[in-house]
Amino acid sequence: MSESYEATVTDPVSAPMTCDSNPVEDWLRMDRMPHIWCPGCGIGTSVNCFTRAIEESSLDRKNIAIVSGIGCTGRVAGYLLLDSFHTTHGRALPFATGLKLASPKTKVVVYSGDGDLFAIGGNHFIHAARRNLDMTVLCVNNFNYGMTGGQVAPTTPEFAIASTTPYGSVERPFNLPYLAQSCGAVYVARWTVYHVKQLQRSIREALEKPGFTFIEMVAPCPTLFVRRNRLGDGLAALESYEENAVIKNGADTRECDLGMGGPIVCGKFVDIDRPSYLSNQVAHLRKVLGDRYVMPDAWQGVVE
Amino acid sequence: MVETKKSVAPKAPKGHVVVNTERCKGCGFCAQFCPTGVLAMSKGFNLKGYHPPIVADAAKCSGCDLCGMYCPDFAIYGVKNGRKPGGGDL
Repeated sequence: MSESYEATVTDPVSAPMTCDSNPVEDWLRMDRMPHIWCPGCGIGTSVNCFTRAIEESSLDRKNIAIVSGIGCTGRVAGYLLLDSFHTTHGRALPFATGLKLASPKTKVVVYSGDGDLFAIGGNHFIHAARRNLDMTVLCVNNFNYGMTGGQVAPTTPEFAIASTTPYGSVERPFNLPYLAQSCGAVYVARWTVYHVKQLQRSIREALEKPGFTFIEMVAPCPTLFVRRNRLGDGLAALESYEENAVIKNGADTRECDLGMGGPIVCGKFVDIDRPSYLSNQVAHLRKVLGDRYVMPDAWQGVVE
Repeated sequence: MVETKKSVAPKAPKGHVVVNTERCKGCGFCAQFCPTGVLAMSKGFNLKGYHPPIVADAAKCSGCDLCGMYCPDFAIYGVKNGRKPGGGDL
């Protein structure tokens, strides 16, 4: 990227300045910067972990497609310099499903928010996980609808204040890892954006694993959720994650509920192997139809 | 064997940070989570009116790039001296 801007070298000791651009800029559409995310928002941090995870992984950058729905996190597809789809609200997974069926060699990543994936698109999530479609779903969970003004979402913790629940929400929220596991995801993890290194490693594992892989990334919404619930700012929220996080790899996902001020159980919860939708379909049709089965051209050499 | 104290020349820092102050929104993640305490938040403002980070103790920088990973605005990164940003050889 040959974007010119004022870069200040703040090293007085003489270290030679080796490059005038941030390495993450290779992965961003710099003409779209600065992004719309608020100061202290965790989405940018999750994007950092994602780009570094791809860099570290064995994936070919030209073969990755990123699909987002609507919302603050939905903007990620528009900011990343990859093949991207910014789809209608909640329908990121149906678009991704079509993309995967038409071009199985593409690594499909769905990057969206909790409201988009689990409220409007909740139905699509359970069915994509049930089928074990070969894709990675990264969900930034900021506990409310950020872009539209902080309305209550299916992940808002019990008794938390949102703009539509001024006296506190009385609904039981979704426990996303449990939901993903019970629907059939083969890889389920949760990290907060405080755990950048663990999150990066987890995203890499999820990208390299075949099947439906799911990572929940807990992030602060400093303008709405964090402020309304008097939790300070984005930095205070990250400090509270540091304090409240309990790292428990392989934990029972039924015990991973998130409550206000309660422990945030983080870690890799599920890592199993299950035949994916495409390989299941091909194997079954071969068995039933024998020689009459003709594999679609785009699947040749990709689906076994 | 008795160890004697020697006057040691100050070690060269292992890395340095580069800040794009105009892109910073002053969230403070980098200064708070820098493992060696290199950064501090400036009292001055950038053009948008945020307080960007400044290097308070450059000698401690290890170039680990944790600030770059935390920065939600892609405004800062760390480099190990003698290496390219992102880790490759120069």
